[in-house]
Amino acid sequence: MKTILQILSGLRPEFDFSSSRDFIDDGYLDSFDIVALISELEETFHILIDGMDVLPENFCSVEAIAATVRKNGGTLD
Amino acid sequence: MKTVFRGKRITGLLSVLPAASVAFEDEVGNYTFPAKQTLRLQKVMGFKRHSIVKETTAASDLAAAGLACLFEKGWLRREEIGALVVSCSYTDHFIPPVSSILHGKFDLPEDVLCADISQGCGGFLMALTESFLLLDHLEPGKKTVAIATDVLSKRVSRQDRNSWPLIGDAAGIAVVENDPEADGIPTVIYNNGGLGQALMIPAGGSRMPSTPETARSEDRDGDGNLRALDNLTMQGADVFNFMQTKVPPLIEETLAYAGLTKEQIDWYLFHQPNRFMLRKLAEKLGVPYEKMPMNVVEELGNSSGACIPVCAVHNLAEELRAPEERTCCLAAFGSGLMWGAMIVKLGGMRFCEMLTSDL
Repeated sequence: MKTILQILSGLRPEFDFSSSRDFIDDGYLDSFDIVALISELEETFHILIDGMDVLPENFCSVEAIAATVRKNGGTLD
Repeated sequence: MKTVFRGKRITGLLSVLPAASVAFEDEVGNYTFPAKQTLRLQKVMGFKRHSIVKETTAASDLAAAGLACLFEKGWLRREEIGALVVSCSYTDHFIPPVSSILHGKFDLPEDVLCADISQGCGGFLMALTESFLLLDHLEPGKKTVAIATDVLSKRVSRQDRNSWPLIGDAAGIAVVENDPEADGIPTVIYNNGGLGQALMIPAGGSRMPSTPETARSEDRDGDGNLRALDNLTMQGADVFNFMQTKVPPLIEETLAYAGLTKEQIDWYLFHQPNRFMLRKLAEKLGVPYEKMPMNVVEELGNSSGACIPVCAVHNLAEELRAPEERTCCLAAFGSGLMWGAMIVKLGGMRFCEMLTSDL
């Protein structure tokens, strides 16, 4: 979880991701941020995220991102 | 549509790019987003440069530059042409058609059939399909010229970060001939018009003529991108999901129809939306990245219907001029929405060239 928060802060340092319940609804991440986030997650966790999982709801919270990482074979701290 | 075209061969490919090429870094200031955030896209999406026409250049100009080259080099003679099929979404005028403009410009014989197709990303595939069909009805020895040309940069807002960095202008020209010895060309094409609004230019046609109101740029989706109703609008997430859902089964179906395995395909020459989408598609299909060129957007831009010939010429010109034939899977997907694939042997071409036009 900590690693995911670090990646998110690296992408958009102007936001406090720990205070948001929905990164998409709150405007913290747009579609291009999601693409950049996927790239970072793939590199960090040595995984390939299935194209069918590239949906906003899979990246709207730290928990959702963690579930997407796990689903695609990643191991979290 | 699902069919096999028999006795047809693509004997030459020429792509035409505008001379002007703009760097992504030089346009970062166009957008309302922080520069650092925009620059991150460079790596992920593969945005480096894109080739853009001048304000005065129309779609027929790129195609005309290509045809003039073919005539000058002797790769095609006027009297050999039986039909001119042009796919274009942003035409010179509503009337006359681009094919007729080209016919007039080169003083082609009066019995040459001219046909325009209003298509975007699927343009080259549709122009080929029409060309194959027409070849069955032309005099022996006559050839069809299939052209996909577009200057969609003129209809994309420069302040729309979803679309402007990836757009490019180009023309792709294929000479298509009858050849009884040629292998069959299995082709599968689907459409879902109900999804058409995912890629759309809302104003400028008879439904919503252009007015000062439709030309006003504003943040219409609340996402920070500024565009007018006269501009191309793309629902990126919808288009991505459509592609990931529809294209892999289409390729599986086309391969099965052709009786081929994925490994037997030498090259996957796909429409070029952006590197991220193509990587995800290759992963989904289990195809090595090396077999699916995905460098067109980063170096030249997405030229809509012209992408497939541009991709082929940009990456494989020498190989396609060599005598050995390569088994290629062409696939297009986009506005309509349409998605289609074709398996065709390419090689031994009389010409396979890239031309730059300063028109």
